[in-house]
Amino acid sequence: MKEIHYLRCRECGKKFANGPLSFCEECFAPLEVSYDYEALRRLANRDALRDRAFNMWRYSEFLPLPDGFVPTHAIGGTPLVKSRKFGERVGVKNLYFKNDAVCFPTLSFKDRVVATALVAARRFGFDTIGCSSTGNLANAVAAQGTQQGFETCVFVPADLEPVKILNSAVYGARIIRINGNYDHVNRLCTQIADKFRWGLVNVNLRPYYAEGSKTHGFEIAEQLGWELPDNVVVPMAGGSLIGKIAKAFCELAHLGWVEPKQVKFFGAQATGCSPIADGVKRNLPRFQPQKPNTIARSLAIGNPADGPFALRLIRESGGWAEDLSDPEIIDSIKLLAETEGIFGETAGGVTAGVAAKLIEQGRIGRDETTVVCITGNGLKTTDAIAADFPVQDAIEPRLEAFESLLEQHLQSNTSAQTEETHA
Amino acid sequence: MAITIEIPTAFRRFTEGAPKIDSGALTVAEALNDLTAKYPAISRHVRDEQGQIRQFLNVYLNEEDIRFLDGESSPLKDGDRVLLVPSIAGG
Repeated sequence: MKEIHYLRCRECGKKFANGPLSFCEECFAPLEVSYDYEALRRLANRDALRDRAFNMWRYSEFLPLPDGFVPTHAIGGTPLVKSRKFGERVGVKNLYFKNDAVCFPTLSFKDRVVATALVAARRFGFDTIGCSSTGNLANAVAAQGTQQGFETCVFVPADLEPVKILNSAVYGARIIRINGNYDHVNRLCTQIADKFRWGLVNVNLRPYYAEGSKTHGFEIAEQLGWELPDNVVVPMAGGSLIGKIAKAFCELAHLGWVEPKQVKFFGAQATGCSPIADGVKRNLPRFQPQKPNTIARSLAIGNPADGPFALRLIRESGGWAEDLSDPEIIDSIKLLAETEGIFGETAGGVTAGVAAKLIEQGRIGRDETTVVCITGNGLKTTDAIAADFPVQDAIEPRLEAFESLLEQHLQSNTSAQTEETHA
Repeated sequence: MAITIEIPTAFRRFTEGAPKIDSGALTVAEALNDLTAKYPAISRHVRDEQGQIRQFLNVYLNEEDIRFLDGESSPLKDGDRVLLVPSIAGG
């Protein structure tokens, strides 16, 4: 069967055959995967999904996969959690959390993008694969890359959380720590991809990599009963995910799988690294790069490659962007955990907190359906909140010791309440 | 006084295959002008219709993006390297 996907320049529209290319040789803008949508309409059938397992591969027709592709792992298929207590707290009824904190196998949405990138790496004959990463991507590349038999090498900023480095090293991947921030790592990887025949998933395999993110959007639509939400709140690092969720919604509407709708896209960043949010808020024609300084390291990209597209999408959709300070991020991680039982990483705190802020500002309507995208797991960023949870003194294994402790707790609670009453 | 401008592979079809050129430029803007004067075909790939450096092209002076320095006015000293890097990678 004739392949229905190809590469296309996001700026000038020039078409290219499939290959390890990521930018247009005419205008140097990024390339993305596009499809013959008439052929896709004939191939893809919503009813066929009934017989498929609930994971990202159920949307295979919409992904750049070779004929006869057989998936090996059930990646994606994460819960869409209808909020009760968080929504109540911020005063909205129809709030949902798309919870990729429990994505298989490495607990972030990066498992999705690596899955499609490695299909491309295999197809283009790479033996060695790798990435530049703020951590989550390195984990996903390490896990899937080594498991699939690639030589795997990941490049990370030297100051990355030790847990995220360990979570890549354990799979047997080679870790290269770089003295510099993520943007330095990125620049180096661009030069490496230029010189060596390596498949770097977010550099020369980037168009194929980014397509995997669409499955986060397909799942949202399907889990809402094949309806699009009014609003989506998305964390922004490189600025790719927000655009791919929009692309997923457009494709579903184009094929008639959902009713078309003007979904508003809202971007979330940490104040310490907020080039896109800053561009939106100050209505800049081009975002200004920043030097990242935030605990939300997975969002610490000061010079986001897809920033111009994210900026445009947010404006054209009628959305907005906001940012959250580090103390606000920690409060928000706790609130999400306490109200919904979801332990998101720092980026999850950013997104949930920004959603609350946007609701408070009236930018997100209280009667509208809103989906908040949680993209990584809190177990990876425990360093950021450890100081807020000091280890308690241990007690003896005797009932009296427990009763005495309980007494102390009751007393301290009573005095705290009395203070609050007087305050 | 000599600086070098390093050319990524994708641009070398406009520079007769040269991976770098030497220049006596005193600022980044002069260095880019030297490059486009020597290889006019590269010009429209470096700058857009308004004469600005293209949005998807990052220019570095040694290790630093020129947007964190004085932009195109950033002064150059002997031995500096000006790098052109497509803005393609991302998290």
